[in-house]
Order: sequence, then C-alpha cells, then structure tokens
Amino acid sequence: MAEKKEKVKETKEEKTEAKEPVKTKEKTGKEAEDAGKSKISGTNSVGKVETKVEEKTEEKAKEEIKEAETKAEENKEEATTEEKTTEEKTEEKAEDAKAEGKTKEKNWERIEQETHVYKRVKSIVFSVLSSKVIKDMASAKIVTPELYDKEGYPVDGGLMDIRLGVIDPGLRCKTCGSKLKECIGHFGYIEFARPIIHVKFVAIILSLLKSTCRDCGRILIPKNKISKYNEILDAVEKEKGLEGRRDKIKEIIASLKTINKCPHCKARQKKITLDKPTTFIEDDKRVSPIEIRARLEKIPDEDTFLFGLVTPYIRPEWTVLTLLPIPPVTMRPSITLESGERSEDDLTHKLGDIVRINQRLFENINAGAPEIIVEDLWDLLQYHVTTYFDNAIAQLPPARHRSGQPLKTLTERIKSKEGRIRHNLAGKRTNFCARTVISPDPMLELNEVGVPDVIATKLTVPEKVNTWNIEYLKKFIEKGPKKYPGANYIIRPDGKKKKITDETKEASLEEIQPGYTVERHLMDGDLAVFNRQPSLHRMSMMCHRIRVLPGKTLRLNPAVCHPYNADFDGDEMNLHIPQTEEARAEAEILMEVQTQLISLRYGLSIIGCVQDAISGNYLLTKDMILNRNDAIDLLASIGIDEFSKLPRKEKIDGKEVFSVLIPEDFNFTGKTKQDEEVAIKNGKLVEGYMDRSNLGEGSGLLLRNIHKKYGKHFTIDILGKIFRLGIEVLLRNGFTCAVSDTDLPENAGLKVMETLNNAKKEVGNLIERYKDNKLETFPGKNLEETLELRILEVLNKARNDTGEIVANFADKNSHTMIMAQSGARGNLLNLAQMAACVGQQAMRGKRIEKGFESRTLSAFKKNDLSSEARGFISEKFKTGLTPTEFFFGAMTGRDSLMDTALRTPKSGYLYRRLANAMQDLKIEYDGTVRDASNKIIQFDYGEDGIDVSKSEKGFINVKRIVKSVG
Amino acid sequence: MEKLMDEYADKLPKKILTDIQEYIEKKGAINQTKLRKILDNTVTEYQNAKIQPGESVGILSAESIGEPGTQMTLNTFHFAGVAEMNVTLGLPRIIEILDGRKNLQTPAMEIHLKQSYSKGKDIKKFALSLKETKLSDIALEFSISLVDSEIDVKLDKERMKSLDLTNSQVISSITKQLKGFNVKDNKDSILLKSRSKEESLNDIYKAKEKIKGIHIKGIKDINQVLPVKRDDEYIIMTSGSNLSEVLQLEGVDAFRTTTNNIFEIQEVFGIEAARQAIIDEVYKVIENQGFNVDIRHIMLVADTMCVSGILKGITRYGVVSEKASALARASFETPIKHIINAALIGEVDNLNSVVENVMLNQAVPIGTGVPDLIMKPKK
Repeated sequence: MAEKKEKVKETKEEKTEAKEPVKTKEKTGKEAEDAGKSKISGTNSVGKVETKVEEKTEEKAKEEIKEAETKAEENKEEATTEEKTTEEKTEEKAEDAKAEGKTKEKNWERIEQETHVYKRVKSIVFSVLSSKVIKDMASAKIVTPELYDKEGYPVDGGLMDIRLGVIDPGLRCKTCGSKLKECIGHFGYIEFARPIIHVKFVAIILSLLKSTCRDCGRILIPKNKISKYNEILDAVEKEKGLEGRRDKIKEIIASLKTINKCPHCKARQKKITLDKPTTFIEDDKRVSPIEIRARLEKIPDEDTFLFGLVTPYIRPEWTVLTLLPIPPVTMRPSITLESGERSEDDLTHKLGDIVRINQRLFENINAGAPEIIVEDLWDLLQYHVTTYFDNAIAQLPPARHRSGQPLKTLTERIKSKEGRIRHNLAGKRTNFCARTVISPDPMLELNEVGVPDVIATKLTVPEKVNTWNIEYLKKFIEKGPKKYPGANYIIRPDGKKKKITDETKEASLEEIQPGYTVERHLMDGDLAVFNRQPSLHRMSMMCHRIRVLPGKTLRLNPAVCHPYNADFDGDEMNLHIPQTEEARAEAEILMEVQTQLISLRYGLSIIGCVQDAISGNYLLTKDMILNRNDAIDLLASIGIDEFSKLPRKEKIDGKEVFSVLIPEDFNFTGKTKQDEEVAIKNGKLVEGYMDRSNLGEGSGLLLRNIHKKYGKHFTIDILGKIFRLGIEVLLRNGFTCAVSDTDLPENAGLKVMETLNNAKKEVGNLIERYKDNKLETFPGKNLEETLELRILEVLNKARNDTGEIVANFADKNSHTMIMAQSGARGNLLNLAQMAACVGQQAMRGKRIEKGFESRTLSAFKKNDLSSEARGFISEKFKTGLTPTEFFFGAMTGRDSLMDTALRTPKSGYLYRRLANAMQDLKIEYDGTVRDASNKIIQFDYGEDGIDVSKSEKGFINVKRIVKSVG
Repeated sequence: MEKLMDEYADKLPKKILTDIQEYIEKKGAINQTKLRKILDNTVTEYQNAKIQPGESVGILSAESIGEPGTQMTLNTFHFAGVAEMNVTLGLPRIIEILDGRKNLQTPAMEIHLKQSYSKGKDIKKFALSLKETKLSDIALEFSISLVDSEIDVKLDKERMKSLDLTNSQVISSITKQLKGFNVKDNKDSILLKSRSKEESLNDIYKAKEKIKGIHIKGIKDINQVLPVKRDDEYIIMTSGSNLSEVLQLEGVDAFRTTTNNIFEIQEVFGIEAARQAIIDEVYKVIENQGFNVDIRHIMLVADTMCVSGILKGITRYGVVSEKASALARASFETPIKHIINAALIGEVDNLNSVVENVMLNQAVPIGTGVPDLIMKPKK
C-alpha cells in the first residue's frame, strides 16, 4: 500500500489517453502479513474501453477494498463495493526517453524500464452483497470443517483451501496461480442449510416487518397518503439521518394504527416483537427466518424506498443469509508455532464452527431428524454466525478460546483505536526512519540536526544515476555499506534491488549505468524530517538539514526545543528521510525550520533564545565592558569575521558587541521585561538591554521585526548567532547559581519573620471574631466562606510582602536573580520561596481542609482553622519544611500530578474531535473557506483573510507602516 | 482625507482603515500624498499577509486550540476573591462549549440594568426579586397525615414577610402548577387534599416531593444573585440562567445582558448571536488561562458549529455526522454503524476529503494536493 501508485503490468499496447472507466470488483481481502501491499493487476482487454481490474486486497489491512470488504464481511450479505475508477495516467518516465538517447551513444545494455501506471480511485460505492454476488465472487465452495490432511496439506473444500489463496511458502494459489505474497486471496462461500439472520440488520428487519403487510408485503400506509408521508420522511431524514427515518415510519404507522388491516389487501395484521438478539416473535409464536425471508421478499421496491433502502444496492431479503462468504485465507493466516504446531486465526476457528454445525444441520435434515433437533442446531448455527460478525453482543455470551479469552471476530477487527480503520488505514508506518535519544548542541545551526554515524550508514538517499553523476556515485559504491560515505543498495531500472556487499561491490561497479538508482548514505546537507511526539502542532514535525556527527544521539539546537516541546531528560525523537524529489521539495519549502518561525497560533515567533542564551545576552548588553581583543575573540567564536562595525577603541561596551550582529538599516523600539525602553537605531543598540521579551519565544518582538524586514533565512541566521553569542559570554565569564544566592541580610530576615508573625496574628484575630460571630459577611457568602476568603487574603498578602522584601534585599547581581530578571529561567516567586516563605498550599482554590475528621492532620486539634493547620507553609526551602508543612506540600503536589494524568486523555479527545470535524476545511481560490462537500463555512477567512502566521499578533501593524512613511 | 479612505474601502478591511484613521488623527494633520503612500503600503502588506488558497485552515485551527488544551488546568473553579460567582473555566468549560451541551455545569448570567436602575438604589431588592423562590424555601415542614391523605405544609411566616408573600399568592401558584388537589388555607400552614378518592400513599408521597419544587416567585432557574459594582454602575451576576424571562423584566438592559448558556442565546437571539457567544466564551477561557490564541481560529470553530443553522456540537452526533463521506464518518467513531447505513442506501463516497484519501494512499486534496496538472497529449 505504501505506494499510492498501483503498478499495473501493462500489455504492450498503448492506451488511449481517454479516461477509461474501470470497474473494480473487490475480490478478496487478505490478511496481511505484509501489511499493506496490495497489488492490482489489470488485464486490459484490447480495444475495449472497459478494463477490468481484479483487486485483491488484504482485507484487514488497509485498502479501499477493505472498505468494501469490511462491509462485506460484516454484513453477511455483504456490501459489494464497486469502485468506479479513474483515469489511468500512464507515466512516461522522462528517463525513458533520456536513456534511449544515451544508449545509442554509449552502447549500454538496455534494460527494460519499469513502467508505472498511476491510478486513482475516484469513488467508492457501498452496498450489500446479494446471494448472487456472493456466489459469483467466490472461487470455492466450502463443505468441510477440516483444515489439513495428514500430510499437512490444505483439504479441498476446507477452510484453508488453496483456491482461497496461499499462506504457505512454496504453494501456488489454484485460482490465480501466483505464489505467496503475490496472491491476495479469494473469497469462498458456504450454503446454509436454513436461512440465518444477520445481526447487524436486525433493526431494519424489525421495522420492515412491523411496517409492512404480512400477507401482501405492501407498506401499511394507504396509497393516497404515501407521497405525502414521503415528503415528511425526507425532511426527517435530513435532520436525523436514516435511523430517524425508520423511527418516523414506525411512528406514522402507529398513528394510523386504527388500521389493524392492511389498506391494500385487507389482511389482518399481528404484532411483531423482537426477542433480542435475533428472534422475532409474532403473537407469542416464533417467526422462523424462512418465513421472515419470504415476507421480506414480498416487499415491492417502491416500498423499500420509503425506508431509505435503495434497491439495486440492497433488497430486504438479503439481510437474511442463505449464503455466507468465506474470507480468503490471506486475511486469517495461521501461525506455525516453534513446536511445529499450527495455530489458527480466530476467524478460522469461528468459521470452522459455522461449517461444522451447518454440515450437521444438513445431515439431520436429510436424515429426517425430529424438528426439535433441527431447531436446536439451527439456533446454534444462528449463534455462531452472530458471534462471527460481532462477538460483543449484549445478550449473547461471547464465543471464547479454550483459554477463556473471547474471540476477536469481524466487528472487533474493524472497531476502535486498535481496529483496522484507525490503526491500519488512517495510520501508516514508514521505512527510512530512525529514533534515538536527543541531546543539545548549540553549535549546530537551528535548522540542522546532528545524526550519529551509525544511523547515517543505515539510512539512505536514493540518487538516480545519469552520465554526469555516475563517477560521483561510483565512489559511494566503492566504499561499500560499512565505510561512511558509502552506499547500501543499487536498484536496476526494472525495479530489482541489489544489496552492495564487499563481495558484490565490484560487480555493482561494473553494472551501474544511467537509469540505475544508488541508495547512498546520508551526508551533510541532506534533508530530513524531524519529529517528537505528541505531534500536537505542525511545528512538531520540521525539516532539518543533516549533520553527520560522532556519538550515538540525535543532536539539535536548544532553541528549537520549544516548538517540539522537547527537553533532554531522556526524550527520544524520530527522523525520517524523504525518498522522492517531490517529498524533498515539499519538506524543504513547506517544513524547514525557518518557515516555521512564526507561530500559526498567535503570529509571533515561536523560536527564540532560551535559558543561557538569554542570560548571556542580558549580561552582555546590560553593562559589560570588554577589551577590544576579548570582544573580537567573542565575535570570532560565533563565526563573525567582519569587525568593521566594532568601534575603534580599547574598551568596548557589550551593547556595541551585540550591535555588530544587527544590520545597519534596522530600527526598533520596544520594552524590556522590566518595562524599560529599548532602542535600536541604525543597527546600533543605543538604549536598554536584551532580555526575554525581545529575544525569547512567544514574545520575541525584536525577532518578529527582524523577520518582517529581512525574511526567514536572515532571521534564522541571526538568531543562531545571537544564541551562540549569549552562550559564549557565559562560557567566558562563568555562570552558576548557589545556595548563597538565597541569602538575605539579617534585617531582611527579621522583616520576613515579622510579616509572617503579623499575618498569623491577624488570622488569629479573624478566627476570634468569627467565633464571636462578629465577622461581617460578604454579600452572597455565608460566615464560613467569608472567613476563608478573608484568611486567604491575609495570607496571600503576607506571602507577597515577603516576596517583595526578598526582591528588595536580595543581591541584585546574584546569578539566580539575573536569571529571574532576564527571564531566562525562574521568577521572583521561586526565589522568594527559597529565601523567605513558601506560602499557602491550595487545593481547588481553597485552603487544605480534607484529611481527618474536622482537621487536616492528626497533629492538630479538631476545628483548628489557624494558618499552619490548613496548609500555610511559613518556612523557606533553604532551611527546610516542618513535617506537617512537607506533608501539605506533598498533597498539592499529588493533586497536580493527578490533574495532569486526568487532563491528558480529555484534551486528547477534544483535539481528536476538533481535528476530525475540521480536517477538510480549506481555503478555495475565491478566498472562501469550504469543507469537502464545497459547503461554505466562511466567506472570508477570519473575516479579513489574513493568515495569522503572516500577521503580527493577528494584525497588520499600521503604526509601523505610518512611521516608515514618516 | 475621507475621500481617499473611501477609495480604499474595497481594498482593505474596515478594521485596518479605522486603525489607520485613528492613528493618523492622533498624530495630527497629514498631507494627501503621504496618506496615499501609507494606504498603498498597507495594501501591499495586506496582500502579502493574505492566506493562500489550499491552506488547510481547519487543521490549523484544531491544532491551535488542541495544543494549548493539553496544558490547561482541569479543576478550575474561578476564585478571584470576594465578589465573584463560581464559574467553570479551563478545559472542562471548553469541552462544554464545543460539545454544544444544553445543560451547563455552572450556568450564569450577567444582567445589566437600564440607567435609572443601575445606580445602586434598591439594587439589592431588585436582585432578590429575580431569585427563584420555591415552595420548599418558604416551608418549615412538609408532613403527611395518613388518616386523611393530606399534605400539610407549614409555612415560614418570617421568610414570607421578607419576600412579600401572602398565603393566597402561594396558594394560587400551587393550584396553577399542581392539578388534582384541593388547597386549603390554614393560616400558618397549607393543606393539600387529593380530589380523587383512591390516592395511594405512594402517590401522596410522590406529590409531596413534587410540591417542594413548586415555583412561587422570582425567575425560574435563577438560584443565586449577586449585585456587583462594575465601573460606575451596578450589574447583577446570577448563577442559573433564564435569558428569555429576564429580558422581559422592566429595567433590564436587553442590549448588554447576557448568559453563558449558548443554547439559550440561540433560542432567543438566533444563530448569529450564538456564533458570537461561542467566540466570546471560548476566547475568554483561553485568555483567562494565559494562552495566546488568535481569534480567527476560534471563529472558524464557531462557524463550523453554526453553519447548518442550528448549533451543532463537535461530536459524533453533531458536526461529524453531517459529513458527506461515509469513510470520514466511519474513521471517527462507530465505524460499523456508518458502513452499514451507507450500504443500505448505496452511498457513494467521492473521496473529497482527507481521511478517505489517506486510507487509499492517495494525495490528499488540501494544500499542495489541490492543484492538478493539465496536459495536452501529443497527437
């Protein structure tokens, strides 16, 4: 399946260009070991416009057919899917012509080119299989439950009959003559001794029986009223769908219930009820499936139409099975265990039961067994067929393995996340990918990824050989698969893949000629798609350029961690190598890191400096003075070799060093995190300093402006330089945080204590007043709530006050403080928690109140409302918490862990629903937003048609335009 | 200047034009040529910033809302201090809105008042008059006399006085809402006796439970009221919501009064108002959580919910069930149901949207998959 091009071996004649309608009949599904490869082999009847393509599909595995199949399978009378396809485009390979020309000149041996025919499925029709279709598409009738004979060879007419396809190496399929993996398998069928009801259609059968005459089969609505009701029904269907329509019919008929007689033939009607899951009862008497089928047959086509059943696709009687299609062996392969024993698939087991009981039923009927025995067997057969379709029906005990674990039958194969649809069809797997632990390397460019050489020699890029690159590619082959820039495979023009080994190297070198493809090792500059799960964003998958490096991890620049949401505590990431020119072009143009600089979520840069890069630039531009030599050294270390922008003086200001990076015609004014002015005039940082609000992600206004003015390539380049500049500054000066950063002068410590004591006292007062009932209540709150609010207010204020004390008295030049101020990491609150007071631990917006009866912990008295008994931590992290305080901290910690654990699936589901509902909305050429059926959702995207990722925070910056004009 | 602006009315969105106008007015006079240049530059920038055909905006919006969703807090009951009502926020609220749920966890209203009422005079009284009073609120005791099959409701006289209620008022509301009972005034209590003779004890017991919920006064479903001063006027915040009845009250400013129940807004004001309400509510929550999401994404979600003319949630019963493609529906939830129903009517899937083509390993008709190559074959 991997390729969307289906290869069709073509008979020689040239096809007319016209579109040929191709009728595909699904034949078979094959369970796929080889997940996903389905081939369509087409026979082209010459001259005729109709091409019949026989498709074999691996049923369970993906495929359009599968669809059909699925359907089919599960509806016994199945759905035939007919696909009307599709133009076939014959792709004439450009190389073909080219190769030909060359041949003449150089006299190379000409190898038949592999030809591709591109087909596209245009539409899929769903329908229910009729007995005739089942018979027609079957290649074998199954009559015996035995699987293999004594030699272990599949029995003729058994469930593993080789006319149904082959799963053993060495055997050939009797139907199509091809070998394992080539034959997709073929359907068979069995004939039931007595008709069987298809569980999935029970609801429809019931409403049909209830609403039609038991004698003449007409719908129980008088002729003259039918057209009137039809309109009503159409309206209902639009609103509520098919089931709504069926219910409405019942309602209408109930409203006409005065007629216990058929309006057409005057026959008296009886009441039919359903005894779940599959028994119908009329006036306490059971209606046999034979009878049901007979009645359904009588319903005329015009009446089924009223139920929303469209005749060529379904006839009511098809819902009662007389034949059962047997899926091909390829979709239920058996596994050979180590002991040599065979273990069959669940479906085979189930089908074995069905065939066995069916044969017994036949024998008993033929032998004229008593009715009771026949009925019992019939019920048993009904049970097996029912569980074959769906083994999770509420009223039935599920069929089980001997071990007691329920069988996985058709419905379970399709359904849910691990089912065929979501697991195999909507989700794909790839080759040419790698995964390992990631680690940081700030010396890489932002759009590079460091790939370990182990991986680089395993993953390859295919390169087509032509006269100009043949010598170049031969060098790779010479090196072989083990030495680094080597090659692993060569591919002949007819598609045959040959491994390069030390032995075959020479032969390959000889053989290679234009038209061949060489799969060479990864090299610096190759494109790769880099990804980290969960991929919540389009920025979770970006295209990087490869840098082959020693080591065993994938390396990335820490600045791109944010869009991936990656860190280096053991995260792993995936790498994919695009294999075709189209894929590489899309990856480069649409997915490369520089194209993703501006977030589509809010229109500001999402990639910016982080951590050390911010504190480094902060220190540099704040008030650092360097020697000229040091400055040049610093700049040279980040790859600058043009120092003319540096002022000619001995002592150089850090701002001037930073300005070297900025282009001369750049002007900018902004604010720092502390709300101070920043100004860049003519490429010189004249005022202020750099910090998070200008360099960081999310806010990075400076970066946004540079991007607007100079474009993405320049931005990513300058960002890389600024980043390295920051790091180099720290490298040269040293930067660390220490416990002493949290030291406070003695008077500050006293102040903190005083604040906390006052707060405690005040809380005590409040509690006193509450107990004396003197507290004034807030509107809409009762006394207790008011007290809680007041206490919280007091305690919060106390904590904030201590924070302020810390902010005022702590050493402004301590590295912890610098990190907080520049926005590199942490904030004042973290510092205050370390240095002064941790503060109130709150759960669900309230103080902690759970635990023991009337108290939080047994360390406190009952009904103690004081601050320390309700989770206020007045200690600081530096000195450590008391046991009770620590416990309160653990409580909130646990609470937040739970929150995260519960939130992830909830938000994941919300996301899935959103994505599913909106995935097909796109902008049309007229600027409207439409969905897949061309329904207009918006006339102008977002009311003004602006692309958020091209806007500045969602707006056009009018101010800047006016200023630029002057 | 006006004239020049009008000239560009077709080329630029109104919002940008007014922005320019406002900004220029602040800066003072400006001459024609300069203004023209500004406008021209703006047009170029606007054109450059326009979204490209084929862009899969649906996925972009889903990403933009889904991604911050993973970081939102779960149990957020708003607790911004003294004078606020509790309101669901955070992820649960977003889910609630996008589900299109009819019954909210915390319905709430903000009632704005007309000038003459909003100054704070009698505000408390007005607010209290909105609050729903049920029979159980003014009753001290409900008792059943087994002998006479009677229900005796003892009334809380003090409570009634403060609410301005008389016995006859109470009785009239009971008779209006409860059929089949004779109601007798007994001063401090009310006696209810069933008219039908063979009332079983069980039925009486049920009736007793039923009368507890009888609506006596105020507006239905408004459980709590809280007058709040905002800027220089008073507004009333409520928990519980009943838009249609509140709007009919004298003194309520119908232009600004609002509820967080989007269904009510749809019923009272129509689908366009509901769309705006979704946008406002979602934006409010996301902003409150400190995330930055462009309003265009929310608009698109709101529009998908509202295109059909009725509010549809983003669930398998709502928006997703509207899809034309059986395969797309099947790939979401309950695949078997969708496939069977498709087979019954012989549905044709034209493979116009994304998942179907992914399933078939074909190029998806979005983005770079939109354009097709047209070629004339050589004869």
